[in-house]
Amino acid sequence: MLSYASNRVFIGIITLLAASVIIFAVLEVVPGDPARLMLGMNATEDAVRALQEQMGFNQPLIWRYFNWLGGLLTGDFGKSYTYSVPVIDLIKERIAVSLPLALISLALSTMVAIPIGIFAASRRGSVADTSAMGIAQIGVAIPNFWFALLLVYVFAVVLRLLPAGGFTGWENGLWPSVKSLILPSVALALPQASILARVTRSSLLDVLGENYIRTARAKGLSRRKVLYHHALRNALIPVLTIIGMQFSFLLAGTIIVENVFYLPGLGRLVFQAITQRDLIVVEGVVIILVATVIVVNLLVDLSYAIVDPRLWSRR
Amino acid sequence: MNIWKVFLFGTAIALLPSATSFAAKTDLVLGIVLEPPHLDPTAGAAAAIDEIVYANIFEGLTRIGPKGDVLPALAESWTKSDDGKVYTFKLHKDVKFHDGTTFDAGDVKFSLDRARNEKSTNAQKGLFAAIDTVESVDPLTVKVTLRQPSGDFLYNMAWGDAVIVAPESADTNKDKPVGTGPFKLENWAKGSQIVIAKNPDYWGSPAQLNKATFRIIPDPAAATAALLAGDVQAFPVFPSYETIAQFQADPRFKVVIGTTEGETVMGMNNKKPPFDNVKVRQAIAHAIDRKTVIDGAMFGFGTPIGSFFPPHHPAYLDLTAETAYDSALAKKLLTEAGYPEGFKTTLKLPPPTYARRGGEIIAAQLRDIGIEAEIIPVEWAQWLDQVFKNKNYDMTIVSHTEPNDLNIFARDDYYFNYDSPPFKAMIKEIEAISDGPERTELYRQAQKLLAADEPAVFLFQLPKTGVWDAKIEGLWENGPIQANDLTAVKWTD
Amino acid sequence: MKRATSTKSLIANRSFLIGATITLIIGVMAGLSFAWTPYSVSTLDIVAKLKPPSISHWLGTDHFGRDILSMIMIGSRASIFVAFVSVAIGAGIGIPLGLWAAARGGLVDEMLMRFNDLIFAFPALLSAVMITAIFGPGAINAIIAIGIFNIPVFARVARGAALALWVREFVLAARAIGKGEGRITIDHILPNMANILIIQGTIQFSLGILAEAGLSYVGLGAQPPMPSWGRMLFEAQTMIGLAPHMALFPGLAIVVTVLGLNLLGDGLRDLLDPKLRYMR
Repeated sequence: MLSYASNRVFIGIITLLAASVIIFAVLEVVPGDPARLMLGMNATEDAVRALQEQMGFNQPLIWRYFNWLGGLLTGDFGKSYTYSVPVIDLIKERIAVSLPLALISLALSTMVAIPIGIFAASRRGSVADTSAMGIAQIGVAIPNFWFALLLVYVFAVVLRLLPAGGFTGWENGLWPSVKSLILPSVALALPQASILARVTRSSLLDVLGENYIRTARAKGLSRRKVLYHHALRNALIPVLTIIGMQFSFLLAGTIIVENVFYLPGLGRLVFQAITQRDLIVVEGVVIILVATVIVVNLLVDLSYAIVDPRLWSRR
Repeated sequence: MNIWKVFLFGTAIALLPSATSFAAKTDLVLGIVLEPPHLDPTAGAAAAIDEIVYANIFEGLTRIGPKGDVLPALAESWTKSDDGKVYTFKLHKDVKFHDGTTFDAGDVKFSLDRARNEKSTNAQKGLFAAIDTVESVDPLTVKVTLRQPSGDFLYNMAWGDAVIVAPESADTNKDKPVGTGPFKLENWAKGSQIVIAKNPDYWGSPAQLNKATFRIIPDPAAATAALLAGDVQAFPVFPSYETIAQFQADPRFKVVIGTTEGETVMGMNNKKPPFDNVKVRQAIAHAIDRKTVIDGAMFGFGTPIGSFFPPHHPAYLDLTAETAYDSALAKKLLTEAGYPEGFKTTLKLPPPTYARRGGEIIAAQLRDIGIEAEIIPVEWAQWLDQVFKNKNYDMTIVSHTEPNDLNIFARDDYYFNYDSPPFKAMIKEIEAISDGPERTELYRQAQKLLAADEPAVFLFQLPKTGVWDAKIEGLWENGPIQANDLTAVKWTD
Repeated sequence: MKRATSTKSLIANRSFLIGATITLIIGVMAGLSFAWTPYSVSTLDIVAKLKPPSISHWLGTDHFGRDILSMIMIGSRASIFVAFVSVAIGAGIGIPLGLWAAARGGLVDEMLMRFNDLIFAFPALLSAVMITAIFGPGAINAIIAIGIFNIPVFARVARGAALALWVREFVLAARAIGKGEGRITIDHILPNMANILIIQGTIQFSLGILAEAGLSYVGLGAQPPMPSWGRMLFEAQTMIGLAPHMALFPGLAIVVTVLGLNLLGDGLRDLLDPKLRYMR
């Protein structure tokens, strides 16, 4: 078990290193000069050159990579070209929006989807099952940014109940901040919930078809008892995996919905930083997101291994 | 269904009254479209910097007033020598920077020398080009000697790029701006908002507001919703032209359509065939219907221009008739130029709505005379790199928002690749003389020359579309420079 | 392998039937748009802008006065083209990689799986944004961005399916008579996993439609004057209060198309591979 775990951790680290090389190399070839962008149309050539020097662009590539990597290891993500503040501070500010958003929508989708999934599985083939799965089928097909637009139209433009976007900041009160996260989290939660409901249902049906469940039923246990005491526990493992994946997706993949609601989250930070050629910010955020995915995958792998010891020797 | 419960729960809470007091309001939330990269106006060209700091946080020797005139600021008064080369500024006394340090002539010398320095990253170094020496005569007197007389000197000193900074804080102004203005920076939540608060120790007449918040709302739809919901009470440059009519009809709001210095043009690469042929450029100008462009891209907001000059300027000439929309004439000119079948070309469009939407309409209009313009959207970084710096483009649309910028057509190596010795001579003459009938006449000649030569298609003057709560007064109607001067802004009840 | 694909069971499968019908309609609409649309979308009619649905314009007009129905018809081409080619890229590169890894095993297999992990570790949409930042926006670059993320999906599916086949008797028998790895892969492995690949292709196709819409929505997909559903939604956003129909119809077009493809995929799975019925 221990050697399996350390092997997985080692692979995770190698993947992260490879990712750091890719990120750095890719951004190196992005066209556009940040110094020129900061100074604008009327800037003279020597002003641009002076700024380039200030930002350290004339150092060799390899030197800059290792400098960056060394900084990462000590928690120093460098300084944003455009905002001239430490990148880590920017990331912290944005995580304060992205993380609650991801958690709220995850909670929302889980709370809605799992009961529906269980319900549908327990009444397999019924009208309720068919219609729930039909709705889930449609939910998967809805682009979240379009759903977001519709929500804005109904709740912000027509009913004027909730803000159409923006974020006042946690320091200006809990309620206004939560209020501005409601529509985005609902928009993000819908497709996630649809997927989750379907996974819950099919995973539960799989388990219900297994021999030991049939045995339990044959022993005379009630359908309800079998469902909740035996089947559900086993069926939830794949569901938890999906939730883990959805979490890392939500943390990074909210970029479009953040744009609809102009939320100052991580996704928009990267988007903005790319257009402003604030490459050091892009590098910092992307490496953190990649690290999150790797860590979540690692945890999922390890939890599988705990459940299924056969995996220790394989792979 | 559970999801509806969540909805109902959410809306129920949303309906609870929020804790706002209705006592005389002294705070204001303004919407801005672009977040400034940093807050040091002496180290970046972004107009978004001036939109926050100009006249609020930083001040210069002179300043530009709401009507575009030059007013005294940190300099109480000044005198000009007879040869027009020496300016002596008398400074206000008892002026303090936000960090408590005293403002004096030394700071002026420091700021101007710093901006002119070889290592300076000031984006508008050209403003200081005429300066030969800066001397601090005594703590409240500064003498500036010019290389040659400059009619624009006092105006140039009023730009955001020429504000006075202190040596102690100059290097950290990007993040912690320390100026002499009536407001201080309180807090900047990156990507979200910038809060400035009243400076109680201000030397001049104090601000009426205690606090002003600039909320960054890049999306036009969100801007509309934020105003309607009252999250934002003023949008000095409202980005959503399509919804202005809605605000005009709503008594809660005041809509003020003012002028800006933004001449929106479709630049052409004058050295690259076929645009090196003046007939081709004229044909393109005649093929474009400015009214349709303004209606379609700007929902009717914008004044057509026929040359590179703002319509609200006293020396303005309406030359739109010179290049009136005339498809047949355009076709004829194109044939004379040797392109009876038209040609293929490209149109690079930066992100603003006027460019992206306007470009789509113009491409459709050019198609009518046989010119196939492929639309290539670019971000600002790419635009600056490809179009502005390397001149790797055929046509592009951009609004030139700097005031007093007729001279860009006289610059060597500017992205138009336009080279006209007579125009250059005119600009040289204009820059040497001060305002007066003589200068007006020269301005008019220069406008005519550009309208005839058509180095770019002059489309329209960008409007300043201000929308704010009807109870607010003191916001600028026009945009002689890109600034949100809040010194006189207050709530009327 | 036995296949239960009689005409009768095809019709009996509701998902397949509905999915196939929708997909067919969208396909016909896209094909028809080459020959005919109610209005031309290349000429703008600013005077007739933002008109709500009416007899003359069934789905209304957009901010340039163009007919939205015509725009949606032509816009389907961009969605289908981008999704199709990116699936082709993913399948064209991913399947051979997966087959190769399964046939060789060992180091090759390990390398491929690590490479998969590496690509999967990148947030897909952000990476697509970076890719288009480098190459510039446009349909081709959207294809590259989406295609890259299809490669590991197909590689993983092909590898998994192939590994299961390599231990089957008929493969072992082919081995015994001295057939090489490449030969066996082409003769026995690939034909027997066609089902799974077709199903996966349908799924990736529908995801591709969604991804293209997302990229176009942030301005990185197909460029004007070529209409695209995602960009129509982007343009509709600022006018949502004035002309909600501009946002409604292109969005419905996306939902219906993706729904059709998903139903088709589910139906195919039920028909071709009953074992997988509960998956997903």
